[in-house]
Amino acid sequence: MSQAFIYDAVRTPRGKGKKGGSLHQVTPIHLLKNLFDALRERNALDTSQVDDVVLGCVTPVGEQGADIARTAVLYAGWDESVAGVTQNRFCASGLESVNLAAMKVMSGQEDLIVAGGVESMSRWPMGSDGGAMIMDPRVNAAMDFVPQGIGADLIATLEGFDRETVDRYAVRSQQLASLASQEGRFSRSLIPVRDVSGLTVLDHDEFIKPDSSLESLAGLKPSFKMMGDMGFNATALRKYPQVSQINHVHHAGNSSGIVDGSALMLIGSAEKGAELGLKPRARIRACAVTGAEPTIMLTAPAPATRKALARAGMSTRDIDLFEINEAFAAVVLRAVRELDLDMDKVNVNGGSIAMGHPLGATGAMILGTALDELERRDLNTAVATLCVGGGMGIATIIERV
Amino acid sequence: MSITFSQDAQSIVTLTIDMPGRSMNVINAEFGNALENAISQIEADPGITGVILTSGKDSFVAGAEIDGLFRIADPQLAFDMAQALKSQLFRLERCGRPVVAALNGTALGGGLELALACHYRIALNNPKAKLGLPEVKLGLLPGGGGTQRLPRLIGIQKALPLLLEGKEITPAKALTEGLIDALAEDRDDLLAQARAWIIAHPKAKARWDEKGFKIPGGDSKHPANVQMWAIAPSMLKQKTQGLYPAPQNILSSVFEGCLVDLDTGCEIESRYFAELVVSPVAKNTIGTLWFQLNDIKKGASRPADIAPSRFKKIGILGAGMMGAGIAWSSARAGFDVVLKDVSRDAAEQGKAHSEALAKKAVQRKRLDSAKAAALLDRIHPTDALADLSDCDLIIEAVFEDRELKAAVTRETESVMDSSGVFASNTSTLPITGLASQSVRPQQFIGLHFFSPVDKMPLVEIIVGNQTDQTTLARAFDYVLAIKKTPIVVNDARGFYTSRVFGTYVLEGAALLAEGMPAQVIESAGKATGMPMPPLALQDEVSLSLGWHVAEQTRKDMAAAGEPYVAHPGLAVIDIMVNQLDRPGKKSGQGFYTYEARSKQLWPGLAEHWPSTSDPLSQQDMIDRLLYVQALETVRCVEQGVVERTADANIGSIFGWGFAPWSGGTLQFINATGLETFVRRADELAQRFGERFSPPQLLRDMAAQGQRFE
Repeated sequence: MSQAFIYDAVRTPRGKGKKGGSLHQVTPIHLLKNLFDALRERNALDTSQVDDVVLGCVTPVGEQGADIARTAVLYAGWDESVAGVTQNRFCASGLESVNLAAMKVMSGQEDLIVAGGVESMSRWPMGSDGGAMIMDPRVNAAMDFVPQGIGADLIATLEGFDRETVDRYAVRSQQLASLASQEGRFSRSLIPVRDVSGLTVLDHDEFIKPDSSLESLAGLKPSFKMMGDMGFNATALRKYPQVSQINHVHHAGNSSGIVDGSALMLIGSAEKGAELGLKPRARIRACAVTGAEPTIMLTAPAPATRKALARAGMSTRDIDLFEINEAFAAVVLRAVRELDLDMDKVNVNGGSIAMGHPLGATGAMILGTALDELERRDLNTAVATLCVGGGMGIATIIERV
Repeated sequence: MSITFSQDAQSIVTLTIDMPGRSMNVINAEFGNALENAISQIEADPGITGVILTSGKDSFVAGAEIDGLFRIADPQLAFDMAQALKSQLFRLERCGRPVVAALNGTALGGGLELALACHYRIALNNPKAKLGLPEVKLGLLPGGGGTQRLPRLIGIQKALPLLLEGKEITPAKALTEGLIDALAEDRDDLLAQARAWIIAHPKAKARWDEKGFKIPGGDSKHPANVQMWAIAPSMLKQKTQGLYPAPQNILSSVFEGCLVDLDTGCEIESRYFAELVVSPVAKNTIGTLWFQLNDIKKGASRPADIAPSRFKKIGILGAGMMGAGIAWSSARAGFDVVLKDVSRDAAEQGKAHSEALAKKAVQRKRLDSAKAAALLDRIHPTDALADLSDCDLIIEAVFEDRELKAAVTRETESVMDSSGVFASNTSTLPITGLASQSVRPQQFIGLHFFSPVDKMPLVEIIVGNQTDQTTLARAFDYVLAIKKTPIVVNDARGFYTSRVFGTYVLEGAALLAEGMPAQVIESAGKATGMPMPPLALQDEVSLSLGWHVAEQTRKDMAAAGEPYVAHPGLAVIDIMVNQLDRPGKKSGQGFYTYEARSKQLWPGLAEHWPSTSDPLSQQDMIDRLLYVQALETVRCVEQGVVERTADANIGSIFGWGFAPWSGGTLQFINATGLETFVRRADELAQRFGERFSPPQLLRDMAAQGQRFE
């Protein structure tokens, strides 16, 4: 079987995903075009050598609809022979693109793939694509649907994470991200977003709140209590009959931020890399997806990580750095507890709580962040993992070459 | 003719629905044929300029005939039936002439759906008339286009509560809700308005047949509605525990129907309707809450050969919570009431309860202030025995103490109308024993009211060994007169309701004793569909009362030389009451700890009853909590305490809220299937004790393929 290598990783900065956010004025296709341009220039890429573009997008409607991957290929002026596919595995979509690209290469059917994702959450808000599990009352009831925040609060309740514990984790994320940003640790991958004339629109992750503290977070109201009281809590509790009430600890400050952004990776075989004079940065060792109980929804990063590790014949001790997507503080804390990880190896440059979670792109972004950090620290192996809507989990293991 | 056809000078046709031999019009095959004829005539005559639909009865149309629906076991039949009605309604709606519903009174279910298919609706402004789609209460949905036309008329979010709760509203309210377009003051005005509208709108058609029609508030994919759809199932299941398919199907019918055109939506509705018609919950609900309840109200449990009667004046002994509540209910039904307590003050306080209820009813416009004043005037608080002298019904509601009850019985019988009835409102003390202190035991009877009396619909009538049939008939008539539902049972310890109810809460305590975590027990209790989980309910009725009753039973049985087996749950109650001083909600401490507005399970429970490492499945717990009640009911039947299935089923649902989806304690067994039930009960008996062992009666019935009819 062929091996799949990462040749390059680029991402946009993350802009606040609402009116007034720097990237709210930028179309999602333009976010992608910036990255397509960068990828071509940085690698002096003959785009006709690319077989396919796999992009994740969780809200593929409107400007993000109608297969934005193929649209971006053509809009960016890449060779017409490059195909494109858009897929949606909720929050895992960005990493799913990477995994699909790796599998395409490993299978030997394709040689060079662009993988990544895009999400303009400010322009196409979460939920604008509907979905039977949410809007169809019959399906919603059969699945015992509750919003993710209720699941996150349920995890905190079951694990005994109190408000201070999750807030402390959030402050850590802000401090680490702030430091990493100041030290330029993201600069290898970060491509400033420029407008049609080439003027800079945004060149840094603007969501970070370096002054965030336990005291400032303590003033925030729980985000999911009201909707929980309206009925979602009862749905969750019917599934967890041992729990008498849900402790609502998550709020805007310890949950992932709503942001706009995009990320791409160039993934290919050793042969194709050599042919094009590209230097491989890391090998994709293994990847996995799995599913767990859908109402609590957010508990599958650990099982997905274990599944990928088993496939690679590795254990957590063989991994130098972990990127566990900070969908909610309790998700990371639970995965750390389940996998028995050393916190010093986890999300060492902060995560989505500080920088935001552009749904379709995040997976590719955090894998790129992990790779940059492996190189900076001269370490070898990393895992990126995310919790995923519908109770799924995803994980990817990379190893530097 | 069920529908008469008359045409006036302007060629406006009035269709008057007036089904012969019925006090109310209903939708059935006969109605369908008449409507078919009427529509065909209209279609055939282009000279007709408009159509008015009205009724020759006091009400418009009361809904579909339930008997036919109840018998349907094939979903295809139900689907075809719904489609046939709807195709008639479409023809009426699209006949090309203006069609006006002149609602001269109550229009429910199919009656309202008929009106919704008209282009304009005018209702007589009669506050007693009811408009609504109550199908959900029988486990069904409106299958005549109601789930489609109502949201198109008033918007999805306004339509859903009416459909999901089956609320019946007055014409005035219907106007503000948008169900109707105008009110009329009398029949002439009603028909005149209808004519005027037809003349002014010669080309009228349904608003949803107009070009560019949009559902008010948007269709199902409108963002505001999508948010609502996301939480609606959770809000619903919070109430229903997912045990009732009808509201779930209503959600689906509205959701899916409001994404497509009306015709397609109507067909979707028929599919969800058909599934419900043949569903066990609908059969359980209709069987018990329609047929059996109607039988009870028609006097199935009343001696038939005794003429109806009405008491002249009611005397109530004891103005506590129960006495005060009985006084209210009696006065509300027009009875003069003497409310007696040991002091004038206490009696006045009892009347104050009625004053508070009257005030609330006036505020909510359920009672006008003149009637409220008259009602309160009918309650005479007193401490004087002599004031009871012309009472021909005495209801004793003093403390549950035999000697006290004996004393007030003798005292009162000495002054009351000697031809009258003496009733004891006791929940547990055997009536025959109490009657032994009476000089007229044949005129002595038990009337077991439930708390709070003004809200609880049931009265359990307990016939003592010597109670005569006339006394029973008079008591029965009284209960119906105060608009409550009577069930009739024979005398035995705990009668029927208290006895079976007790098995539920004690089973919860037994589960705790076996090491099930308290929260897990309570969750299972909720999942049964009972209104309250067992430990919380035991707190409400008080553990000390439960313990007191159990002790009394033990002593009585010992005195009578009967074998007594202590329920395993009692050991828990004993420790809670006698060692831990946690007697229930009133003291703020029971299985729960009560604070201002919240309660939490007492963490100490886990110390006294440590959790097992091998807990039961939730299904095992659910089965125990429900089977134990059903089995005790069968024992009541076997011992002759309960004689009629209707009394058992209605008593269980109205008395203590036995899982209404099941249709009651005996219907639960029917729906499970007697053989399956016996098999499962044997299994439970083997694992959890003799109390689950099926009585011989049940084994015999199962073997002979019988059901509780």
